[in-house]
Amino acid sequence: MSDFIDILLTAGFWAATIRIVSPLIFGTLGELICERAGVLNLGIEGIMTVGAMSGWMWVYQGGDLWGGVLFAASMGAVFGLLHAVFTVHLGLSQHVTGIGITLFASSLSYFVYRMLLPDATTPPKIVPFKPIAVPWLSDLPIIGEALFSQSALTYLALALVPMVWYVLFRTPVGLAVRMSGENPVAVEAQGINVLAVRTGAVMVGSAFMAVGGAFITMSWFDAFYFGMINGRGWICVALVIFASWRPGRALLGALLFAGLEAIQVRAQQSAGAFIPYQFFLMLPYVMSIFAMIVMARKTRYPQALLVPFRRGERV
Amino acid sequence: MLGENGAGKTTLMNILFGHYQADEGDILVDGEMLPPGSTQAAISAGIGMVHQHFTLADNLSVLENITLGTESMWSWHHDQASSRQKLAGLIRDYGLVVDPDVLVADLSVGERQRVEILKALYRDARILILDEPTAVLTPQESERLFATLKSMTAKGLAIIFISHKLHEILAVSNRIAVLRRGAIVGTLETAASTREQLAELMVGRIVTRPRLSAVKPGERVLEISDVSTGATGAAELKNIDLVLHQHEIVGIAGVAGNGQGTLADILSGLRKDFSGSVLLNGKMLDAGNPRAIVASGVGRIPEDRHARGVVADMDIWENLISEDIRSDAMCRAGFIIDGNRARARAETQIKQFDVRCKGPNAQTRLLSGGNMQKLILARALSNSPSFILANQPVRGLDEGAIAYVQEQLLEARKRGAAILLISEDLDELMALTDRLAVMSHGRLSSALPTGERSIAEIGLMMAGHDDRGEANMGSLTNGH
Amino acid sequence: MVIEPRESVSVWRAGLAPVWAILASLIICAALISWAGASIPKAYFLLFKGAFGSAFALNETLTRSIPLIFTGLAVSVAFRAKFYNIGAEGQLYAGALAATFFGTGLITLPPVLMVPFLVVMGALAGGALLLIPVLLKTHMKVDEVVTTLLLNFVVLLVVSYLIEGPWKDPASLGWPQAASIIDEGVLPTLLAKGRLHFGLIIALFMAVIIWLMMRFTVQGYEIRAVGHNARAAAFSGINVNRTVIMTAMVSGGLAGIAGVSETAGLKGYLTLDLSPGFGYTGIAVAMLAQLNPLAVVPAAIFLSAVYVGADAMSRAVNIPTYIADVLVGVSILAVLCSVMLSQYRIRWRA
Repeated sequence: MSDFIDILLTAGFWAATIRIVSPLIFGTLGELICERAGVLNLGIEGIMTVGAMSGWMWVYQGGDLWGGVLFAASMGAVFGLLHAVFTVHLGLSQHVTGIGITLFASSLSYFVYRMLLPDATTPPKIVPFKPIAVPWLSDLPIIGEALFSQSALTYLALALVPMVWYVLFRTPVGLAVRMSGENPVAVEAQGINVLAVRTGAVMVGSAFMAVGGAFITMSWFDAFYFGMINGRGWICVALVIFASWRPGRALLGALLFAGLEAIQVRAQQSAGAFIPYQFFLMLPYVMSIFAMIVMARKTRYPQALLVPFRRGERV
Repeated sequence: MLGENGAGKTTLMNILFGHYQADEGDILVDGEMLPPGSTQAAISAGIGMVHQHFTLADNLSVLENITLGTESMWSWHHDQASSRQKLAGLIRDYGLVVDPDVLVADLSVGERQRVEILKALYRDARILILDEPTAVLTPQESERLFATLKSMTAKGLAIIFISHKLHEILAVSNRIAVLRRGAIVGTLETAASTREQLAELMVGRIVTRPRLSAVKPGERVLEISDVSTGATGAAELKNIDLVLHQHEIVGIAGVAGNGQGTLADILSGLRKDFSGSVLLNGKMLDAGNPRAIVASGVGRIPEDRHARGVVADMDIWENLISEDIRSDAMCRAGFIIDGNRARARAETQIKQFDVRCKGPNAQTRLLSGGNMQKLILARALSNSPSFILANQPVRGLDEGAIAYVQEQLLEARKRGAAILLISEDLDELMALTDRLAVMSHGRLSSALPTGERSIAEIGLMMAGHDDRGEANMGSLTNGH
Repeated sequence: MVIEPRESVSVWRAGLAPVWAILASLIICAALISWAGASIPKAYFLLFKGAFGSAFALNETLTRSIPLIFTGLAVSVAFRAKFYNIGAEGQLYAGALAATFFGTGLITLPPVLMVPFLVVMGALAGGALLLIPVLLKTHMKVDEVVTTLLLNFVVLLVVSYLIEGPWKDPASLGWPQAASIIDEGVLPTLLAKGRLHFGLIIALFMAVIIWLMMRFTVQGYEIRAVGHNARAAAFSGINVNRTVIMTAMVSGGLAGIAGVSETAGLKGYLTLDLSPGFGYTGIAVAMLAQLNPLAVVPAAIFLSAVYVGADAMSRAVNIPTYIADVLVGVSILAVLCSVMLSQYRIRWRA
């Protein structure tokens, strides 16, 4: 137990937590936006893979880091558009479309990677985002290293949380998005194009997801390898439910999970002799299931989630 | 605008409001052409619409529901202060009182309608379209709505009031346009029209709704004693007593959501957590077991034929055996469906109940509303049940189908069935029932012979312990 | 754009929908093939030859279709009830775990009994695993997609732990794998040459059984009714929860049998890479088969041919084998479209 407390008191632990939480923030915010508009986006795992591969590849081919991020985001938006065409415009099953997009997007990412790097047996590396130390603040004990010496993408992730909140809850666009997820007929009755709102939301959300994937290859690690997303996308879906579709709670949930994963790495080192490492690796997935159970009774789903909207359809 | 279900009233209004586009023709507002197919254009031209099914988001507040779409999408900020001010002004001017910060989920039906009207007024509507606004209101609330509408016209608004209810149209309008099968067949001054005239125009022929013939009630069929459901809430039952006899139709009047659904669920076998007893032909009801209940002589016509009555994606014969599929008649060895026998029986039922379709193997999805209801009737009435539960049986049907369904119920009554008719349409209840009870806030009044209570009285009872706070229901006693 | 239902859906239209979907996917993958610099006809010819062009190829294609038939059946049964079981992968491994637990020496029975015994144990394991998500759904309304998916990762980690630890086969020269299935439990091969084994017979048998069940029994009727309209099903007296649970048991059981088949029929022992995603490909199989159990067989053979052919093709021409996975992903999306188009018409408004 004292080991545990020791871990919590190290700056390294908190720094790792904040690093691990960044892709989760992007992914969860992205999924949250989609679901608020009424669309369940199960393509998240594939879209994060696309973001991871395309952002990395942009840099590997000679581009700059932020260009890579933008490229990843636009690739994400493209797949988001594909998802929206199927689910929003054609009204097809959101579950099956999402799974199809995940399979398509991830396999396409691997295919393209292999095409462009056919001979690589060990994954080549790029120069990733370097941590930026915020002057003066980064010299604070513990918090300094943890919070103020992170990479630019992490700062972006943390800044996005209040921004997404503001847009969703304090602007007309956000109201239209939320309404589309609650009662799309009401939105249509005001002359607003529900299909356009939902499509836009899914594209923006997917762009976020892709940046989350790009974070992993461009800021956390510096190479791309297969299976790198490793279920993080699904965890984000669970986190959205856990967060009751609110950005602030999404951040808290993501921090909780990131903390668990950070502990797991360190606890393995101390308790590794007694508990097999696989059980530590299982924790995030098991906790996600628990998170969904806990919130199942209490949540108020967006009422029109999973319900396709057919224009002009009257009950 | 008067017309029966399916005449095209809603379609016409949707064209006016920009949801649909007409293939031909123009609309002029104040002498200017209205660009077709654009709701924005309609709203800018001053047209506002209060839809039949409320377009409100439960999880958002009144203010949010009203202000949606009124500011430019690209603006960075809700101007909350001026929205509130404008809304407060409207509430004052028109007397439509509602709290802007309450979640819509917490509002009553009447209050929700006020929000819908405020939505239109907030957008400076000068032409207001109301689509079947009284479907969910008590007679008193309807009166209040009419008064509000009259004060609006006094302020210069033009109102299009869509309904299929003759007495309402006569009560509230200045002029009447009658729509039949997609064409306007007459425009009259209200003062110069009669019910019979309008009814004939509406349907195209002399309309006779079936009439009740005098038959003496027989033995007790259904006895509901002191039934309550535990939870609190307007829709939960409190000490319900009711007895039905052979050869009689007993009606339950009331606004939706006051417990009729709960009672119907209990009698249908969908709910078994209740106290008190329900006896069918002297035996305890097999609560929570729909198939057993049906087997013991009950025919059920559910409230929503699409949501509950049929599985639209299955074939017609499959829907006809849904209630007795596990019976010895329809399956062999307890688990193999006897397709031949089922289809043969379906053929007979289709013929007997005049279900217009391509045959028992056709998809149920393709049936019209009226034919779907006939299918449900076939399923419910084929075995000559001793008790029939009919929940809103003619809702949304055209006149022909309405007449058919009502005929069938009357036939069943003559044969000796006991029928419980739950309906929101007071006219229907007054015409078709032997006795009538009123349900409000989970309590059921005594079932007095129809005609003994006036419509005004019934309306008051439907409101019950309303926002008035008056204890109108204090004198409810056990009814038989 | 307006979408309206067609008045009548001809059997032809509905039946051809997967064919259109496959054509669409082949065309899209052709773009990738030409980007790789290969000639499209040549590539597809190699694919076809690699899958069907020799007795050996045909043998391989059929062998690799066996787990896809099982997982395809598993997914189609579940999807019929609108229960989205994405956990077939984990349930497959659960079945493999059961086969390993019972079949590596714990119990010895004559082959006639041993094989069915392992199959039943595998089915029970798969069904038991799916019990958790389905109970969460029926009693706590927890969405089953994410729970079944997450359990896949958990099961894989359990397998990893077991075969690196307590179940590690000492005779395996350091590679992590479990002990071999005993001879009595091994599924016999069907032909003298090649790996095609008895699992195919079991798979075909199950396909027929499931088809009969879905079409002619009360249980099949209830599953379909619940999937189409659960409220109406409840109104007519069907116990929705019980039906969904039963569906899940059958679905998980079928996926579990896939695991037994791969362990006791193909490889002979449990390894971590027993399944290269059969559970997920099973979704594509089920969709292409439009959830029809008999159609699952040709759909499984087709997708297996794609994988086997792509292997051969990539050795001859320089196209990454991932092309097969791309084809699977695209065909799921394509079949969604083509099934919809067979039932609805799209009108473009002027």
